[in-house]
Amino acid sequence: MRYIPNSPDERRAMLASLGLERIEELFEQIPPRLRLDGPVGIGSPVSEPELIAWFRRLAAENATDYQSFLGAGAYSHHIPVIIDSLISRSEFFTAYTPYQPELSQGTLQYVFEFQTLVCQLTGMDVANASVYDGSTGLAEAVLMAQRVTRRDKFLIADTVHPQYREVVKTYTKDLGAEVRYVGHTETGTIDFSSLHIDKETAAVVVQSPNFFGCIEDLAALADAAHEAGALLVVAITEPMSLGVLRSPGSAGADIVVAEGQSFGIPLSYGGPYCGLFATREKYLRQMPGRLVGETVDHHGRRGYVLTLSTREQHIRREKATSNICTNQGLFALMATVYLATMGRRGVQEVARQNLNKAHYAADAISKLDGFALRYSAPFFNEFVIRMPRSATEATRALIEKKIIGGVALECYYPDLNDSLLVCVTETASKRAIDDFVDALSKL
Amino acid sequence: MSKDRIKKATSHVVQNEGLLFEESRPGRVGYSIPALDVPERRDDELIERRFLRDDDLEGMPELSEVDVIRHFTRLSTWNYGVDTGMYPLGSCTMKYNPRINERVARIEGFANLHPLTPAPLAQGALEVISRLEECLAAITGLAAVTLQPAAGAQGELTGIAMIRSALTSRGNPRKKVLIPDSAHGTNPASAVICGYTVETIPSREDGTTDLEALSKVMNEDVAALMLTNPNTLGKFEENIEEICRIVHSSGGFVYMDGANMNALVGVTKPARFGIDVMHLNLHKTFSTPHGGGGPGAGPVAVTEELEPFLPFPRVVKTEEGLTLDFNRPKSIGRVRAYFGNFGVLVRALSYILTHGDAGLREATETAVLNANYIAHHLIDTYEIAYPGALMHEVVFSDKRQKKFGVTNADIAKRLIDYGFYPPTMSFPLIVQGALMVEPTETESREELDLFIEAMRSINDEAAEDPDTLKNAPHTTKVGRLDEVAAARKPVLRWRRNNLAE
Repeated sequence: MRYIPNSPDERRAMLASLGLERIEELFEQIPPRLRLDGPVGIGSPVSEPELIAWFRRLAAENATDYQSFLGAGAYSHHIPVIIDSLISRSEFFTAYTPYQPELSQGTLQYVFEFQTLVCQLTGMDVANASVYDGSTGLAEAVLMAQRVTRRDKFLIADTVHPQYREVVKTYTKDLGAEVRYVGHTETGTIDFSSLHIDKETAAVVVQSPNFFGCIEDLAALADAAHEAGALLVVAITEPMSLGVLRSPGSAGADIVVAEGQSFGIPLSYGGPYCGLFATREKYLRQMPGRLVGETVDHHGRRGYVLTLSTREQHIRREKATSNICTNQGLFALMATVYLATMGRRGVQEVARQNLNKAHYAADAISKLDGFALRYSAPFFNEFVIRMPRSATEATRALIEKKIIGGVALECYYPDLNDSLLVCVTETASKRAIDDFVDALSKL
Repeated sequence: MSKDRIKKATSHVVQNEGLLFEESRPGRVGYSIPALDVPERRDDELIERRFLRDDDLEGMPELSEVDVIRHFTRLSTWNYGVDTGMYPLGSCTMKYNPRINERVARIEGFANLHPLTPAPLAQGALEVISRLEECLAAITGLAAVTLQPAAGAQGELTGIAMIRSALTSRGNPRKKVLIPDSAHGTNPASAVICGYTVETIPSREDGTTDLEALSKVMNEDVAALMLTNPNTLGKFEENIEEICRIVHSSGGFVYMDGANMNALVGVTKPARFGIDVMHLNLHKTFSTPHGGGGPGAGPVAVTEELEPFLPFPRVVKTEEGLTLDFNRPKSIGRVRAYFGNFGVLVRALSYILTHGDAGLREATETAVLNANYIAHHLIDTYEIAYPGALMHEVVFSDKRQKKFGVTNADIAKRLIDYGFYPPTMSFPLIVQGALMVEPTETESREELDLFIEAMRSINDEAAEDPDTLKNAPHTTKVGRLDEVAAARKPVLRWRRNNLAE
C-alpha cells in the first residue's frame, strides 16, 4: 500500500519494540467473535492507471456535450483557472480547522476575507465562516429566527426552492416550529394578500430571485415582518444577482443565506458547495457556525483567531446554536479567490451579462407562437416560459437535439405542467441561445 | 531556548501580506470573459430602479491575476498541512490525502455535471453513488447507506431523526438520548435538533461505558444511546454487545458515532456489535481532505429495520439503468439539497477501491500500531489518564508537567517550534489537560520517532526552562494571540475605517 510509508520489516521492528510478534495482538481488545476472519468484501486493490480509466469511463456516461439551460439552485458560470491552482496548495487543502491559530493564519485570514466579502455583497453586518450549502443554511436560519424571536410560526413563500423547503421541514419538524406556505400571484412573487403575519410569527422566509427567477420586493416584506416583530429571512440561490440587485441588507433583511456555488465552484452534481450565512450585529450571539475575528499577539502583531465559540457545539454541547462542526472551508476559499479575481468590476460585468442574455433569450422565446413568459415580475437570469404542450415532454424532445432545456416545473408544482424554468448565464453564447429558441419553435 | 534540541524544523522567512481589501487598487483587473454578444441594455430598462444596487459594490477588491496569486500563495505559507508533516490531531484523523482522488473528482464528466441533469444522462454519477453505498454497507456490515449528509454532525442528525421516526411509527418517539461524558459535542447538539433532551452517562475508570449506570438509566423514555466506538480515549467498548442488548431490551436504538471507524475497517464490522445506525466521516477514515475546515461527508448506514426511514431520493437499479426513487413514504425527508457532497464521495470511492480488502485492513492495522508505538514510548514521560489497551489514538495529559507550572497548551504550542502541529487539546472533557494524539497510518517511523523525541525534549524543557514553553511558539509568523480581546470586542470583517484607525 503506497500510502503507508513503513516497509513490512520496519513494521515488524516497531511491533517488536512493543514486545509483540503479531499485529493481531493489538486487536485483542475486540472480542474474537466480533473480529472478521475473511475479507471485508471490496475486492482486490486497483492500480492507479486502472482506477483513473474506470472513473473516466463512468464520467463519460454523464452528459458533457449538451447545451444546458438548467439553473434552479446550481449555476453554470466561467471559473477562472487560478482558483484550482490556488486551492491545490496543499497547505490549504490538507490543513484542518484552524484551531491552532499560530499555524493556521493562512486559513484564518482568508475566512476573515470571506466573511467581509459576504457582508459586502449581502449588505449585512456579520457573516460566518460558511455552512454546508444554501439548503441547510436556510434550515439553520429558521432555527435561529426561532431562538431570536422565541416564536414558532414561519411563513415560507412557496416560491422558495422546493428542495430547500424539504430540508427546512426535516430540521424543524421536531422542534415545535409551525410552517405555513404562502402562495404567489400571477406576477410570480409572494401574494401579500395571503401573508398573515401575526404576533406568533417568527419569520417571513422568501427567496429572491425566487425559484421562478422573479425578484421579490424585499423592502416591503421587511416592513411587513418588522411591524409584527417578526424577522425577514432571505434565501438566495443565485448570488451572482447581487452584482446588480439591491442587497437584502439594505432592504431590511435580518438573516440572509445564500448558495455560494456561483462563485467559482464547479457544479459537481450538487456538491460540495458553500453556504453563505449573514445577519445583523444584534443577532450575532444566536448565529450558528464558526466565526473568525481579528486580534493581536503579545508583540502587537495583527492576527486572526476563531472566536465567540461559546455558541458552538464543542463548548456548549446540547445548548449550542447549531450542531455544525465541519463546514465548507476549502470551498469558502474558492469563493474568496473567485471574488478576488473577478473583483468589484468582474462581478458587475458577469451579473450584467447574465441579465442581458437571459432577457435576450426570454424576449426571443416569448415571441414564438404559443409561448409566453409565465410571470410578469422582473427577473435576473432565470424565467419561466409557458408553452403550448407538456414541458416534461418538451425537455425529452430537446435532449434529442443535445439541449437540456431547463427544469419542467411539473415535478415540483403539479399544476404548472406547461411551464419550463430556463436559466441563461454568461456561459451561453448568443448562438447557443438562438439554437435553443429555434429548437423550441420546432417542437 | 535550546535550538539544538529541535531536529525536524528550521525557521524560514515568510512574506507579509495585507488583506485583499488593503491590497486592492482601483482599475486593476484579474479576469477574462468573452465580450457580451447580445445587445446590451441598461439595467434599469430591465429591472425597476428600486430593485437595483446603488452602492456600486464599494469596498470589493480590484486586483490583477498576479496580485491574487501572490496573495493566496503567501497566505498558504502561513499554514501547516498534512503534506508539511505529522498532524497528530486526535479524533480528526489527519491522514495523507491521495492525489489520485483529487484527479478523478476533477474529471469533467463529474465536475461539470448539473445536479438536476435527467437520470439517463447522469448514469456515471449515479453509479458512483450506488457503488460507494455498496462499499460502505460492506465495510459496516449494515443493510443500507445514505450519502446525503454533508458532514459527520449532519449524519448524526440524520440517524437520530430516523430513530425518532421509527419510534414514532411504533407509537412513541420517547424523550431522551443517552450520551457518554467522553462524547464529541456534536452528539448532544444533534440529538437536541431532533427534539430530544440529553442525559450524560459517566465512564468507568477504564474509560469505557459503565454497564450498571447504563442499566439504571435505561427505560422507556430513552430513544437511543449514542456511542462512539472506539471512544474518544481510543478504547474499544469490549462490552458493546451487552450494551446493545441492554438498550434494545428497553426498546431503544443504538447509534454508533463512526468518527473513529479507521480503527475498525477490515478488522470487524459494526453490524456484528448489534448497533442500529452509524455515520462515517469520509474526511477522516476515507482520506478526503479536511480543506481547512471542510467540506466533509457523513454517510449514514442503517439496519434493514431503519432502511425505510432513509432520506429521499434513493438511487435504485431498474431495467433502464439507475434511477431516483422519491416515493419513500416513511422517509425522514431531505437533509440537504441534491445528493450531498458528491465530489467528496468520488474521492472516498477512489480511496476504497485503491486499497481493496487487503489495503483497508493494512491501513487499520498500521494506524493502531502507530498509536500504540507512540503511547508505549511516551508513557514514561506523560500521564495517560486511562491506560490499558488502545486502538488508533492515545490521550495524554499534562498532569506530570503541571508541577513546573506548565499546561497542555504550553506543551502543544511548543510542539509547533519542533515542527509539529499540536495534538487535540482539552478533549475529551473527562481528561484534565488532555493532549489527544492520533498519528494515523500514513506516518513513517522516523516521523513518529521525531515526535516522541520532541515530546520528551519538551518535558525536559518544562523542568529546566518552563518560560520557553509558556511563551511558545517562538518561530511562527505570529505568536500567541489575544483570544479574550477577540471575543470581547469582536472585529469580524474588514471595513474601510478599520484601516483609518
